[in-house]
Amino acid sequence: MKNIICPETEEALARVVARAHAAREPLVIEGHGTKRAMLRPLHDLWGKVGSTLSTRNLTGITLYRPTELMIRARAGTPIPEIEAALAEHNQQIIAEPPDLRALFDTEEPATLGGVVSTNLSGPRRIMWGAMRDHVLGISAVTGDGEIFRSGGRVLKNVTGLDLCKLLSGAHGTLGVITEIALKVLPAPEATGTLSIRVPDVAAGVAALSAALGSPYGVSGAALTIGAEGISALARLEDFAESVAYRMGRLREDLAAHGDISVVEDPRALWRAIRDAKPLNAAPEEAVWRLSVAPSRAPAAVASLRAAFAEKLLLDWGGGLIWVAGPATEQAHGAVMQAAAAAAGTFTLFRAPPSLAASVPVLPEEPLPLAAIARRVKAVLDPAGVLNPGRMWA
Amino acid sequence: MISLPAPKPDILARRDAILTDLARLLPADAVIGEPLRLRPYETDGLAAYRQIPLAVVLPRTTAEVAAVLRYCHANGIRVVPRGAGTSLSGGALPLADAVVIGLMRMNVIREINCEDRYAVVGAGVTNIGITNAVAGNGFFYAPDPSSQLACMIGGNVMMNSGGAHCLKYGVTANNLLGLTFVTIEGEVIEIGGRHLDAAGYDWLGLITGSEGQLGLVTEVTVRILRGPEGARAMLAAFSSVEIAGAAVDAIIGSGIIPVALEFMDRPCIHACEAFAHAGYPLDAEAMLIIEVEGSIAEQEMLLDRIRGICARFDPISMKVAESAEQSAAIWKGRKGAFGAVGRISPDYLCMDGTIPTGELPHVLRRIGEMSVQYGLGVANVFHAGDGNLHPLIMFDANDADSFRRAEAFGAEILKLCVEVGGCLTGEHGVGVEKRDLMTTQFTRSELDLQRAIKSAFDPDWLLNTAKVFPIDDNPKLAA
Repeated sequence: MKNIICPETEEALARVVARAHAAREPLVIEGHGTKRAMLRPLHDLWGKVGSTLSTRNLTGITLYRPTELMIRARAGTPIPEIEAALAEHNQQIIAEPPDLRALFDTEEPATLGGVVSTNLSGPRRIMWGAMRDHVLGISAVTGDGEIFRSGGRVLKNVTGLDLCKLLSGAHGTLGVITEIALKVLPAPEATGTLSIRVPDVAAGVAALSAALGSPYGVSGAALTIGAEGISALARLEDFAESVAYRMGRLREDLAAHGDISVVEDPRALWRAIRDAKPLNAAPEEAVWRLSVAPSRAPAAVASLRAAFAEKLLLDWGGGLIWVAGPATEQAHGAVMQAAAAAAGTFTLFRAPPSLAASVPVLPEEPLPLAAIARRVKAVLDPAGVLNPGRMWA
Repeated sequence: MISLPAPKPDILARRDAILTDLARLLPADAVIGEPLRLRPYETDGLAAYRQIPLAVVLPRTTAEVAAVLRYCHANGIRVVPRGAGTSLSGGALPLADAVVIGLMRMNVIREINCEDRYAVVGAGVTNIGITNAVAGNGFFYAPDPSSQLACMIGGNVMMNSGGAHCLKYGVTANNLLGLTFVTIEGEVIEIGGRHLDAAGYDWLGLITGSEGQLGLVTEVTVRILRGPEGARAMLAAFSSVEIAGAAVDAIIGSGIIPVALEFMDRPCIHACEAFAHAGYPLDAEAMLIIEVEGSIAEQEMLLDRIRGICARFDPISMKVAESAEQSAAIWKGRKGAFGAVGRISPDYLCMDGTIPTGELPHVLRRIGEMSVQYGLGVANVFHAGDGNLHPLIMFDANDADSFRRAEAFGAEILKLCVEVGGCLTGEHGVGVEKRDLMTTQFTRSELDLQRAIKSAFDPDWLLNTAKVFPIDDNPKLAA
């Protein structure tokens, strides 16, 4: 990269984008750059011509109203800073965004803008919604340097088109998010987890479906697959009396699915699952995520195993498949095929630039939608300067 | 009164030919052109506004919807989508030169999958119809707008409907997996699927709540949830609005998120009690309905905690339901609130702003002052957990001046909601009703940006024209 620009105000950031727009020069948008290796490798694509625009100096919590279940912060605010402020009032970020420092081999923590722009959610997504579900309002800058706001700071708002959702998960290609208001919830008083030993993936997904189909509000449902066997994990989070009661009832309900034990340190276990640690991805391996209907997961896993995969981790009741393996086009082809056969979706989550630059890292949009997407992109980023090529070639 | 754009004279002149063409595209019973049979479609839940449309079509399949849209697009004919017509913001109000596409015949439940916790349903399936179809397995569809017996999922998606229980379970947008979407060009696009979080842009999120501005939805894949073991409600009555508001803050601050937390002011309590005989306290200035979920023991535990918190605020009375029947009685008053106000006033306007919950005492005081100033009664019911306020402004539709004052009163309330950090609409949508107030919440350039995104889907502005966005400064709508 020629240089990295770190504006300290939204206005200054807007001026940077306006200049890039006028000069038709690409900008690589990032916070702390923790997910630089996600999707297509912009630094390699634009290293010679573009600049990096970082929100790292746009920091700070600007409003926190615990009784209104709302926190607002600038995009570059590190997630741990937000979590610490919430913890003082026994609250938490609902979607449990992963900390991917180990996976991406980076040191700085993710920023709020980064997790919203990538719409990354952890295990609690299955019960309580994705990161984008809790974005109440944003302030952002379009690709020609206009500041705009969408949504607000209240929990219910259907006024106008919901650009908060459009920009969440757009990987910085439709605007630079500068500030975010987020819905938050009380942190649970207690956490309990049952581990069910299951013979295979199909039995594991069935156990998780039974857990999620129970009336006990299961807030995490994962499947760890390792040399020591396959374990289905079901989490309960609530007041201590409720967790104790529900653990007992759930244990009875799931008895037929396998031997059940109570996990001793459930919070550490779910942090590890959230961060994809049980995947044990080696540094040179590629990492993919597939999202499928849970009942389609066993077949998808079988085809991935037949092709290459030994390293697998399932979350979201089996619907989220993390897989690590050789960073080859053959392996990537097998992932695409498995996702398509399961009527699901895939993301090439982490790969060396040589692979990520040469394959589709996300499914292509169907043609009529791709045409609409081009027109929407032209509205929000007319010169195409924001993260060009981040999602699609 | 909100103005509507001038009808396109060439379209009005070709009315008979258009009806003939539509009858070629659809089965004979799916095209309505006779004035008498058009009349039921002239209005929706915002009954002060009426307009007979050019024609109504009632397709049964996505292919029929696509054919109508393709035809309308090719011929420059405006289109108004309609579900059950329960919109309180005039979202389904016809235009004189528009074809209304009614989705009520697309009422087939295509698939129910309890293992993967979703259902695939036609846009014309009622909200309650989804829950009824999965209740036998212990499941339900969570968003529960007050009109849930009649309103249809296609309309819920278009308006991103909420309900009393969305404090815990979220609104429509949080409970969807996929849509069958038809563009104005008649292209059919599958958005999302039967899995969570489709990769790529969040079209599902953009389309949900877009009020028919971007395209039509013919089929919806919703998440279904297993119901709790049980639920129970309690009442707590307080001597002032401020104290009730402080009790709400204390409950949320304690870490309890009740599945519902409803607030009624004195006029609303009186109207509902006269209607439902629910045992509401008539000496209270404000009353909370608080519902919790879980086993009997868990309900007791949570209600004990809540009772303990409310006790710190000197309640006039508290009443915990001892049975499902008593819970139902407590809810009967709340769910009938709109009807109850309809009994004491010939007509009412139901407003729908959202405010930061801490602003409630200030906002209710200002609404009280406005009520005196405009000479019109108002009753307030409020989803207290999430700040969604429903003032019911009482007026007489036979008195033009009364209606004019009611609209001005409502507009002033909504401007106040924006001023204190809230928004114009929490769950009813902008429709025609709040269209001209959009400039109070958004800057001109923000509105231009939203309009440009609409243009990316609907370049000729044929879809639900004259809703959501102000029309006076819109060159696309020049006659």
